[in-house]
Amino acid sequence: MSARIFIPRDTTALSLGADSVAQRLEYEAAERGLEVTLIRNGSRGMAWLEPLVEIETSQGRMAYGPVTSADVPSLLDAGLLEGRTEHPLSQGRTDAIPWLARQQRLTFARIGVTDPLSLDDYRAHDGFRGLDKALAESPQHLVDEVKDSGLRGRGGAAFPTGIKWQTVLDAPAEQKYIVCNADEGDSGTFADRLVMECDPYLLIEGMAIAGLAVGATQGYIYLRSEYPLAHRILEAAIARAEAAGYLGDNIGDSGHTFHLEIRLGAGAYICGEETSLLESLEGKRGQVRFKPPLPAIEGFFGRPTVVNNVLTLAAVPYIIASGARAYAHYGMGRSRGTLALQLAGNVKYGGLVELAFGTTLRELMENYGGGTLSGRPLRAVQVGGPLGAYLPESQWDLPLDYETFAADDAVVGHGGIVMFDDSVDMAEQARFSMEFCRIESCGKCTPCRIGSARGVEVIDRIRRNDNRDSNLALLSELCETMEDGSLCAMGGMTPYPVQSALTHFPDDFLRQAEGEQA
Amino acid sequence: MSAYPEWTPSLIQAETDALKHKPGALLPILHAIQDRFGFIPQEAVPIIAAGLSQTRAEVHGVISFYHHFRAAPPGNHVLQVCRAEACQAVGSRALEAHAKARLGVDYHQTTADGEITLEAVYCLGNCACGPSLRLDDSVHGRVTPESFDALVDELRTQPLEIM
Repeated sequence: MSARIFIPRDTTALSLGADSVAQRLEYEAAERGLEVTLIRNGSRGMAWLEPLVEIETSQGRMAYGPVTSADVPSLLDAGLLEGRTEHPLSQGRTDAIPWLARQQRLTFARIGVTDPLSLDDYRAHDGFRGLDKALAESPQHLVDEVKDSGLRGRGGAAFPTGIKWQTVLDAPAEQKYIVCNADEGDSGTFADRLVMECDPYLLIEGMAIAGLAVGATQGYIYLRSEYPLAHRILEAAIARAEAAGYLGDNIGDSGHTFHLEIRLGAGAYICGEETSLLESLEGKRGQVRFKPPLPAIEGFFGRPTVVNNVLTLAAVPYIIASGARAYAHYGMGRSRGTLALQLAGNVKYGGLVELAFGTTLRELMENYGGGTLSGRPLRAVQVGGPLGAYLPESQWDLPLDYETFAADDAVVGHGGIVMFDDSVDMAEQARFSMEFCRIESCGKCTPCRIGSARGVEVIDRIRRNDNRDSNLALLSELCETMEDGSLCAMGGMTPYPVQSALTHFPDDFLRQAEGEQA
Repeated sequence: MSAYPEWTPSLIQAETDALKHKPGALLPILHAIQDRFGFIPQEAVPIIAAGLSQTRAEVHGVISFYHHFRAAPPGNHVLQVCRAEACQAVGSRALEAHAKARLGVDYHQTTADGEITLEAVYCLGNCACGPSLRLDDSVHGRVTPESFDALVDELRTQPLEIM
């Protein structure tokens, strides 16, 4: 019997040599006269073990990682094909690896297990159960299920998804749209990418359900150009889903229509903001729109449009298949369900952790992350992307919950957790936040466009110890102006990382001064 | 030798005509042109504008707004170094300094031999395994100055092997 071997082909596994491991394995197996079937699966999200090679055995899948092509001969010698565990790279049974076993995977349940493009695999692992149910339900029932689940937008703003859908359902129009925001631009986040590369039918299913729920027959995935592999995989998945009758006219012989198209962004962070995204989709500069009108009323080309993040739409199939109550059972307070947390930066065991809301940063960074990659003490952690605050140790015991974080001037955002060790210079990080805003501002409003340029200059003067006190006062006023006067979160939240660095790590802004006195 | 074919007005016209029926066709058209010719020639602007019944200023405004679009031909390979926070936390500042010194260029410049164009990128989504860079369409993780040099050496020796 041919042994079934799994080697992931997501961006991270490939970036660490998964293709050469696969080639070497096929070559070595042929040399030894061994029969193997190679399956290029998605990633389990254990980035530190990538490339993670798995072999199917009667006891389940056995894992080995991180594997380089040079390890392949010794792995075969040590009984890889029998799933033996003597090799130093052996991780035992994949499902029993504590890092994975302790998670609560609802959205990511199938990710890394299946061949991303296999429709048979998808169906065999509960795929399309939500869509099948949705085809038989009324739009209002679907919207009510999403409302009752408590699902809130996972892109960062955390707006209740069901309310947004209800607005679009109630808006009278001949044409409505579902737009998936796949412009995952926050540093430290890769959950959207994992969904698209490792389980693309999940997103397709979620969007088709959204279309049925609000009466939209056309969907667009606005994908960032930095994700070429996700683009290729999604294109192939859409073509196969169409051919199999899950997309297009008359889905599953139900008479319902839903068409789906991918549109590529062009390297603009601001296009992750929903109104800029719509402008870009319409073929314009990605500049922020004034709200109101909300996109749910006047969105793509003025029509009612649902704009949801990849993870929001990817949560929908579970909610419809298993029921609102099953999803709402997870979480704390008004943050229901699970959150895809991404451990990144200076982390020993980085990757994707899906857990119910309510876990703490410390639990994640210590028990999952295992501390820093460098082995030096952890000093600061930026949560929620480049617009999120830098949190010092005193805030690491906050439970991850939208309201708790907001009360402490922090944001959960898209769930990115970027860890820094004690070699970090927080004044430099504060400067970078302003610099990033200067580079990426859409330019429509003055506080963001000009404020960020002046912000870089003021921080430079502070770091040079040039009129320190008056420049610190100026920086604080500038931050207030940006926060209160900007049109969108880009200018409005850039002060979060800057002020948190100043508040919690003031000594870093003094170093130069001490150097000069010495 | 450039990795891309020469553009001509009629080829630009063909790319425009093939996509102009789409709602919001401008970005897809610009992507198609840049994918095929490596950049968007200045002379393409009036052709695209006429095809979409837009002004030249509108088309130019879109090209210049987005970091991805370029108005001049790139080198044979485009190398993007990630400058975002997750990569900064594991040494991308040192890596970008090394890349600039090794290639002898700054961002948005091409090496003297026309081989490599260096660009900055703000996140490749490989944030648990930084520092990361993207060389054409492949992402590389945990890049060190040594592995960077090996990658660049490999690029530059490949054409000789073919000959």
